[in-house]
Amino acid sequence: MSDILDILLAANFWAAALRIATPLIFGVLGALLCERAGVLNLGIEGIFTAGAMAGWMAAWLGAGLWGGVMVAALAGAAFGLLHAILTVPLGLSQHVSGIGVTLFATSLSYYTYRTALPDVSSPPRIEAFQPLDIPVLSDLPFLGPALFQQTALTFLALALVVAVGFVLYRTPLGLAIRAVGDNPSAVEAQGLSVMALRIGTVVAGSALMALGGAFLTMSAFDAFFFGMVNGRGWICIALTVFASWRPGKALIGALLFGAFDAFQVRLQTEVGSFVPGQVFLMLPYILSIAALVVVARKADYPRALLKPYFKGQR
Amino acid sequence: MTVPVEAPPVALSLSGITKRFGALTANEAVDLDLHRGEIVALLGENGAGKTTLMNILFGHYVADEGNVRVAQADGTLVPLEPGSPHAALEAGIGMVHQHFTLAENLTVLENIMLGTAALFSTGGGARAAREKLDDLMRRSGLVVDLDARISRLSVGEKQRVEILKALYRDARVLVLDEPTAVLTPQESDTLFETLKALAAQGLAIVFISHKLAEVLAASDRIAVLRLGRKVADLPSVDCDRQKLAELMVGHEVTMSRREPQASGEVLLSLSAVTCGEGRDTVSDIGFDLHAGEILGIAGVSGNGQAMLARLLSGLEQQTSGDIRLAGREIRAHDAADMIRAGVARIPEDRHRDGVVGAMSVAENLVIEEIRSPRYQRFGFLDFRAIAARAVEAIAGYDIRCPGGDAVARLLSGGNIQKIVLARTLDAEPSVVLAAQPSRGLDIGATGDVHRRLLEARGRGAGVILISEDLDELFALSDRIAVIHRGRLSPPRPAEDLNRAAVGLMMAGQHTEDAAA
Repeated sequence: MSDILDILLAANFWAAALRIATPLIFGVLGALLCERAGVLNLGIEGIFTAGAMAGWMAAWLGAGLWGGVMVAALAGAAFGLLHAILTVPLGLSQHVSGIGVTLFATSLSYYTYRTALPDVSSPPRIEAFQPLDIPVLSDLPFLGPALFQQTALTFLALALVVAVGFVLYRTPLGLAIRAVGDNPSAVEAQGLSVMALRIGTVVAGSALMALGGAFLTMSAFDAFFFGMVNGRGWICIALTVFASWRPGKALIGALLFGAFDAFQVRLQTEVGSFVPGQVFLMLPYILSIAALVVVARKADYPRALLKPYFKGQR
Repeated sequence: MTVPVEAPPVALSLSGITKRFGALTANEAVDLDLHRGEIVALLGENGAGKTTLMNILFGHYVADEGNVRVAQADGTLVPLEPGSPHAALEAGIGMVHQHFTLAENLTVLENIMLGTAALFSTGGGARAAREKLDDLMRRSGLVVDLDARISRLSVGEKQRVEILKALYRDARVLVLDEPTAVLTPQESDTLFETLKALAAQGLAIVFISHKLAEVLAASDRIAVLRLGRKVADLPSVDCDRQKLAELMVGHEVTMSRREPQASGEVLLSLSAVTCGEGRDTVSDIGFDLHAGEILGIAGVSGNGQAMLARLLSGLEQQTSGDIRLAGREIRAHDAADMIRAGVARIPEDRHRDGVVGAMSVAENLVIEEIRSPRYQRFGFLDFRAIAARAVEAIAGYDIRCPGGDAVARLLSGGNIQKIVLARTLDAEPSVVLAAQPSRGLDIGATGDVHRRLLEARGRGAGVILISEDLDELFALSDRIAVIHRGRLSPPRPAEDLNRAAVGLMMAGQHTEDAAA
């Protein structure tokens, strides 16, 4: 019992939780934006991979770290545009299109990687983002190492939570996004373009998702590996429901998952000799499902989610 | 002293509007002028092209020919950019759609402000909007709580929000598509009073309807559309119901009325039946239904008639009380038992409960009798027999559809109701339960429904007619009972009642001397 307490009281546990949560924060923000506009984006897993690959490769080719982040966002936006065109004006099944985008983006990323680096056995490394040293805050006892020794991308993710919340709830654009996911004919009747709103939101949301991928190759690690996204995109889809499509709750959900994950790694080293390691790997997912079951039963889905809209249709 | 009479200026002018959808011509060379301060009713049967015309006006559709011109502030008419709701709004045209265009997850204020500020701005302006709306609400009498979520509002309140949306954008022309379709009679009266007040303030109003009574009562001028063409444009004072009905349908209309007929033995008897909890309940109700009579059950929606219909359909069971069908007590019954016992059900929501939308017309026609040997061969479905039945029913009931294989969902409400009638009445049931059977149907289809119900009565069936429409109830019913808050008044012969008395009882005044 005291072992568990030790884990929870260690500053590096909380630092790890925040680090693990970072890509999820990007991903959930992106997914909830798309869904608020009425479009489920199952392309997220592939967009993560594309963002991870593109950002890292751009940095490796000399675009600089922030250049890489930009390239990752653009790659995500491009796949988002593909998904948006298929699902919004063409009105195809969002499930099918999303899974197609995931398969396409993933394999295109692997293909590009292999074509650019045909013979390397271990992927080349880049100089990744380093933890920032923030005056005063980083030096605080416990809180400093727990919260304020992260890389710039983590702080960007936290800032985006506030920014997305502000846009959604405090601007005319956010009002229109929330309306178009609930009743697109309300938006059309007020003289706005359903199509432009949905396409724009899906593109922006996909760019955010790609940043989650970029964090993996440019901050958490310093290279690109096959299979490194490892279901994080899918977790974001579940967390979006958990978050009830709200940015603040999205942050809480991502942190919760990060904490579960950081906890299982540490628990494994404590009691790993008695229990197979896979059990611990399952832990965060089981807890996520449990949390989802509790929350999702009363989830208030955007009413127009998954429903294509055609002009003049009632 | 005489004031020179001058026609008020034109606010909006449609000329030569033609719209085709494939082979179907929805509007053909329609002209319509609308003047300031005037209420025009656009009357027509379902499918006459009323909604299409208004959707062209508001930019949801683009006309193939013709143009729309709108008066600017100085009165000059300028062409309206086609196909753009945005342009229509800018030109001062507001539209209240039949299916409300409100985002349920937002508040009233948010819905009204949606699209009124530049998208890429920080917004604000909520306080100014509130002030403007407070002023509008005071002047129009359309009061709603601006901070309430739409999902919490009643239908009548949602409609007020829709009108406020248009007024907030300084509409000079207000279009309402079937505004009373979802309102109670009282709410409709209030709406028309509001519209008259708005017209008096200079607004030009056009509303779509197929209900003759409200068109006559509420409009200054009536334009009648039939099969996409405008067939008449008359001042309301020169019209009467008969004339309008004939203009709408294109031929003489005979309204069905029952002939006196002696009723027979008791078919169905309820005593002290209680069922349900909360709002939609019936409590302690009793009546006898005789062979060869139509028993009308009047009431405003939501007073327990839906529960009564579910109870008699076998979808719900009474918690106490007796139901006897042909003398036999019915307990723990389900829908299949009721069908076997000879109860024909015409459900209130015909799209949801009347047909399986994804299945074909033929399948829907036999769905209640699928176990009958008539539609089976060696235990398998006999598609030849089913198809033959479809051909027979489509001809007999004049179901307008491409054929028995057509998907039921794609049919109009009137034709769906004809499927339900064919399925339920051809089996010659002893009891017919008709819940709001003509709601939302046009004159032609309503006439068919009434004729079929009278036919069933003529051959000795007992018919329970649940309706909100007093005209319908008085035209068809031998006896009328009124349901209010789950309680049913004792049925009385229709001859002993009048509309005013039934109206009062529907509003809850259960006095014995309410009868005339």
